[in-house]
Amino acid sequence: MATFDRNTSAHCLSLLVANRPGVLVRIALVFSRRGYNLDSLVVSPTLNPDFSRMNIVAHGNPEILVQIIKQLEKLVDVIQAKDHTGSNTVEKELALIKVRCKPEQRTEILQLCDHFKAVTIDMTDTSMIIQITGNTDKIDAMKHLLDKFEVVEYIRTGKVIMLRGEDIT
Amino acid sequence: MLYFLQKNDSNLLRTLMTNHALSGAQVILDCLKREGVDTIFGYPGGSAIPLFDALLDSNIKMVLSRHEQGATHMADGYARATGKVGVVLVTSGPGATNTFTGIYTALMDSSPIVVLAAQTTTPNLGKDAFQECDTSGMTFAAVKHSFLVKNPNDLPRIVKEAFHIARSGRPGPVLIDLPKDVTAGNCTASFSDEIDLPGYKIPTYADPAAVEKAAALLKKATKPLLLVGHGAIISNASRQVKELAEKLNAPVVETLLGLGAFPETHPLSLGMLGMHGTAYAHKAVLECDLIMSIGSRWDDRIVGKIEEFCKGATIIHVDIDPAEEGKILQPDAFLCGDAKLVLEQLLPLVSRLDTDDWVKTCQTYKKRYPLTYPKQGGLRMQHIISTVYELTKGKAIVTTDVGQHQMWVAQFFKADYPRQFISSGGAGTMGFGFPSAIGAAIGISSELKWPICCFAGDGGFQMTEFELSTAAIHKLPIKIFVMDNKYLGMVRQWQDMFYGKRYSSVSMEGNPDFVKLAEAYDIKAFRIKRSADAERVIQKALDYNEGPVLIHCECEEEDNVFPMIPAGAPLTAMMTEPPKGQLEKPTGST
Ligand SMILES: Cc1ncc(C[n+]2csc(CCOP(=O)(O)OP(=O)(O)O)c2C)c(N)n1
Ligand SMILES: [Mg+2]
Repeated sequence: MATFDRNTSAHCLSLLVANRPGVLVRIALVFSRRGYNLDSLVVSPTLNPDFSRMNIVAHGNPEILVQIIKQLEKLVDVIQAKDHTGSNTVEKELALIKVRCKPEQRTEILQLCDHFKAVTIDMTDTSMIIQITGNTDKIDAMKHLLDKFEVVEYIRTGKVIMLRGEDIT
Repeated sequence: MLYFLQKNDSNLLRTLMTNHALSGAQVILDCLKREGVDTIFGYPGGSAIPLFDALLDSNIKMVLSRHEQGATHMADGYARATGKVGVVLVTSGPGATNTFTGIYTALMDSSPIVVLAAQTTTPNLGKDAFQECDTSGMTFAAVKHSFLVKNPNDLPRIVKEAFHIARSGRPGPVLIDLPKDVTAGNCTASFSDEIDLPGYKIPTYADPAAVEKAAALLKKATKPLLLVGHGAIISNASRQVKELAEKLNAPVVETLLGLGAFPETHPLSLGMLGMHGTAYAHKAVLECDLIMSIGSRWDDRIVGKIEEFCKGATIIHVDIDPAEEGKILQPDAFLCGDAKLVLEQLLPLVSRLDTDDWVKTCQTYKKRYPLTYPKQGGLRMQHIISTVYELTKGKAIVTTDVGQHQMWVAQFFKADYPRQFISSGGAGTMGFGFPSAIGAAIGISSELKWPICCFAGDGGFQMTEFELSTAAIHKLPIKIFVMDNKYLGMVRQWQDMFYGKRYSSVSMEGNPDFVKLAEAYDIKAFRIKRSADAERVIQKALDYNEGPVLIHCECEEEDNVFPMIPAGAPLTAMMTEPPKGQLEKPTGST
């Protein structure tokens, strides 16, 4: 992968693709050849069983992104590729955060959960798994606050997006 | 009777034998016939046997190459000469990997081929079985599209889609990965003309608003220039290009692969643009106030330094591929569609421009900076090519390999007809010239009495020379000019000009005697050593009509191609003659 440039912006793409073998590889090649980093990828069924929806968050030069979208649309199995960065969408991610904690630390962690509308989905004498949903910033903030405890494991889904109102993403 | 039916209509045969299901292989061949395929180029092997077996009962002609790369270039040459889809059939593993260079070459030049690559059986996939190869995985980046077939009943649809994708829109190579149990298994699916490709869009006419915008921009131009590329040939738009040039009274330059799209002998033609294009083409590009590309993609060999290219000029871009918009240059108007249809839209909206002075200026440049070459010294490639051009009166199909000779053919064989000039442009694949001539010779109708003249360097010819057997067996009317300068001339030229003449691995010491080589294949051969003999010997070679003939041309060893623009340099850096002293290393690639 190409060098990661902090000044480049993150873009949120939504692709509608035909469920054909190899489609994911072809899409990945379009990005990697042009030095784009994929931050996250979600593949989901759609209402039509022949198609899947992909949401991709990628970092890179915005001018190259224009080319990437055209190259994606050129793929035979890609029905549509759109950049939704800045459009009127709802965006959600989910994270699971495992914290090692003593029973006396629990209350503070539960208060944090309460504040972020996160839930605990597993608890032992020495650990908790917290599930949080929301946009990227909210999850980053929660993770940051939990860092003062001992976070032992952490996983995030990719971002899923949907246009507000009746418009189809 | 049965034999007759087998030979001529396997579908009819099937209806007579309805209780017999067809094998996947038989269905594939039936599908090929429905697509109008008359010839397959290929090479057999274990996994491909079911297909080769079925071929015996079909009337599709099988051309056995001597290497799968050769077969793939043949199919490509066939496609470029005829406009039809070229078909390749190879076995799994090394058979498939040997086609890779040919597939990539076809992709880079938008040439329609379908590669049928046999594969191990489906249960063996992923188990490192003998000659298993993830062919579709390895070729993702080199195909327009590909299919891995897992069920024989998918074959009719997939073959249909493969041909549709290969030939439509911006054409390109399509690969079908065919496990042996799929070709050997039974297929009960019926043929269908349905295509299920919801993501595949084929641009036809351009957005009328863009066409109007282009017409308005053209109206304001005083020094317009048309740049014609391969897309114009692919879309059969030559007539429309000529009409547009004449209607506007605008000069025309062409890319390497655009040669022949507009007659080079036409007064408005300024020949080829690019690293080794004509000086007058470059002068015109530097001065024009509008450049309209028709089916070209602003290759780096054309634009040189992008920021300097046609600075200040209006840019109109006609291309069938929407992804070409702004890829290299940001156009003022982008007309996305098939070149022929788009020009038909545009033609009624334009009228003659006030360009008499501009055309006169360009024609003066043409007189002042003509393409020439030194007449003294040893045998020159330019002389061979000019002589072939004169003796054939320009009525020949010409294929080239890659290197200095290629550039000289582009300069000195004035192509007037589309599909007459065949060369590997985007990929610059050495080894392409000779097999592509074989494909062209097989593809073009025998009523066209034009000779097929292949010009290959001593280096590149040796990459696929073994196809001499293929040419000999089929008695193809190919005139193989081996342009022997005992060097990898084009690389040597770079080392000469930019690397202080430090020659590294460019000597072709060890070349065979190409006359003897041809004779070993029972092919007629001539030798030319002196310019004075060229005309007589070439005439003899052209007159020979009992199959291929090879002409070993022993040329000047250290001749360099001019004009030249160093890679990545602006067009103003053009050299029309050898520079004095050492030059900076070029910034652009290769
Ligand atoms: C397969 C391949 N390998 C290497 C090159 C790089 N290359 C470009 S031109 C050239 C020299 C070609 O020599 P020759 O065939 O003798 O033609 P000449 O330039 O001498 O006319 C080489 C090595 C290439 N284009 N293709
Ligand atoms: Mg040579």
